[in-house]
Amino acid sequence: MIRQDRLTRTLLKPLERPGVGWMLVVGVLAVVVAFGGFAWSFMMWEGFGLTGKRWPVFWGFLITNFVFWIGISHAGTLISAILRLVNAGWRRPVTRCAEVITAFALMIGGLFPLIHLGKPWLFFWLVPYPNRRLLWPNFRSPLVWDFFAISTYLTSSLLFLFLPLIPDFALIRDQSTGLRKTIYGTLALGWRGTTQQWHRLETAMQIMAVAIIPVAVSVHTIVSFDFSMAPVPMWHSSIFGPYFVAGAIFSGIAGLIIAMAALRRVLGLQEYLEPIHFENLGKLLLTMSLLWGYFTFNERLTAWYGNDVAEMNTFAATQTGSYSPLFWTMVTVNFVIPVIILSIRRFRTITGCVIASVGIVVGMWLERFLIIVPSLGHKFLPYSWGTYSPRPVEIAITVATFAAMALLYTLFAKFVPIISIWEMRAGAHTQESAPTRESVPVDARLGESHS
Amino acid sequence: MKSVYALFDTGEAAQRAVNSLRSAGYGERDITVMTAAPMEEFEFSHIGRHSYQWYIACGGGLLGLVLGTWLTTYAETSWPIVVGNMPIVPWYPNIIVIFELTMLGAVLSTVATLIVTAGLGRRTPALYDPEVTSGAILVGIGTPRADGDVEQILGAVPGARVKTV
Repeated sequence: MIRQDRLTRTLLKPLERPGVGWMLVVGVLAVVVAFGGFAWSFMMWEGFGLTGKRWPVFWGFLITNFVFWIGISHAGTLISAILRLVNAGWRRPVTRCAEVITAFALMIGGLFPLIHLGKPWLFFWLVPYPNRRLLWPNFRSPLVWDFFAISTYLTSSLLFLFLPLIPDFALIRDQSTGLRKTIYGTLALGWRGTTQQWHRLETAMQIMAVAIIPVAVSVHTIVSFDFSMAPVPMWHSSIFGPYFVAGAIFSGIAGLIIAMAALRRVLGLQEYLEPIHFENLGKLLLTMSLLWGYFTFNERLTAWYGNDVAEMNTFAATQTGSYSPLFWTMVTVNFVIPVIILSIRRFRTITGCVIASVGIVVGMWLERFLIIVPSLGHKFLPYSWGTYSPRPVEIAITVATFAAMALLYTLFAKFVPIISIWEMRAGAHTQESAPTRESVPVDARLGESHS
Repeated sequence: MKSVYALFDTGEAAQRAVNSLRSAGYGERDITVMTAAPMEEFEFSHIGRHSYQWYIACGGGLLGLVLGTWLTTYAETSWPIVVGNMPIVPWYPNIIVIFELTMLGAVLSTVATLIVTAGLGRRTPALYDPEVTSGAILVGIGTPRADGDVEQILGAVPGARVKTV
């Protein structure tokens, strides 16, 4: 006889037959994604002339999106790994929501170098293997470092997401019939839940957490090297590595809060994604907002104090010139609003955290844009100055990536429990059971009869 | 010989069953315990704890390090080109590639070790009950010594539902 406790019932409910609302949401998102795909295909067919990229600004929306999505990916695996290592009890309902963001954001972010190639069918030129003349790619190039960093992080993140899914796949396998049983049975890899399997899984997760934290830090540092290794005004800065990592974690947490709030509302998970989870993430977001402000101030002060002509041109363009509306919007939504909302306890509610997070996601996208475009448009010699304005294909592709993220997340939550059932059970055991010495009969005490 | 197991609703009852089996002379290798989630607060959850996963992960990382060092050095010396006034084998940039491959080696070896040592991917095992994933705790013996022996021991624990497969 298969029984279902309340926790299992609630967390498996979203996996039941989809309703009209779900189909409608998926349909709309799929149409937007398809439109983005069409825009990309059209761009491949017609060439890069369709984009707003003109000399000297050859990195625009596409590379902005690349950096932005790689940044968003830092929400999941990194936060989940840190919370696992410090054994934070409140992590249990949060970790999978976070890990999924990493996997999908990396897939989307990783797509942009291919889109930016213009001829994506030649993507294998990025792969480090020798060509017909036995010439290898240049290992001194940050673009090759990107290949290694992103592929390592993507592989690790997918495995980090998959491993703790195995026991939940086994649960679904045991409660299903027919084709569903076969599919989930295959994914469960013959999981039985022996004590040995639990030890192996938990140790593996610990090792992965230890390994994945430095990888996550390295990934965004390496993405920052794409800029800081070039002698371009406001790019060639030693602070770029930590600045990018802090910004990535910042935007990642904001993305996680938005996703959790949506899941909570849509899937009715109010009992498991509690206000305390948002409160804790809100505190983390506040810390990151302050850190972001600190780094931004540092970066700008150094440029301003140095008073280098080329750097000051870029500086002025963003601070008081044509890019200043974007710059001050970025400062407002990344620093002013989050600090006000999140530092006052009364405002650090779910709604408050979501409002701050939406602003931060917008602000961090603007930050990536403001790092890339003004610097390329204001190089050392005035003859190489230029501007950039995005064209419809780039805007369509950008919008489609947000829809793709929402679509992938919606589909994932339909087929896989978005909150780890076994981890919630383990947490419940720890809280409830913890038997006192007196409450347990003598022969049931921890191995006493054996010893 | 048929496998014998019992299902329990509480960790205390399962612990008592494990203790009884040990008293009857069954060792840790003979006893199988299955749960829907880790139950660290009970001693039975320590069965099969010992593993070399950390060492193997370090070994995998070392392998990645060697591979990364070889790949960068070999590629740069097989067609030596001076780029940006850097040496033919520039260590600063190479360390980035070597680091990533080191971590990848550690991660992949961890997953491979998990699959092998946890027995994942094997065909349907003899001793299993789908009630386990619903919260029941299974305590069983894959190959009992004598007929009736294990049934009797497990049946003596209050709340046990004894089964044979």
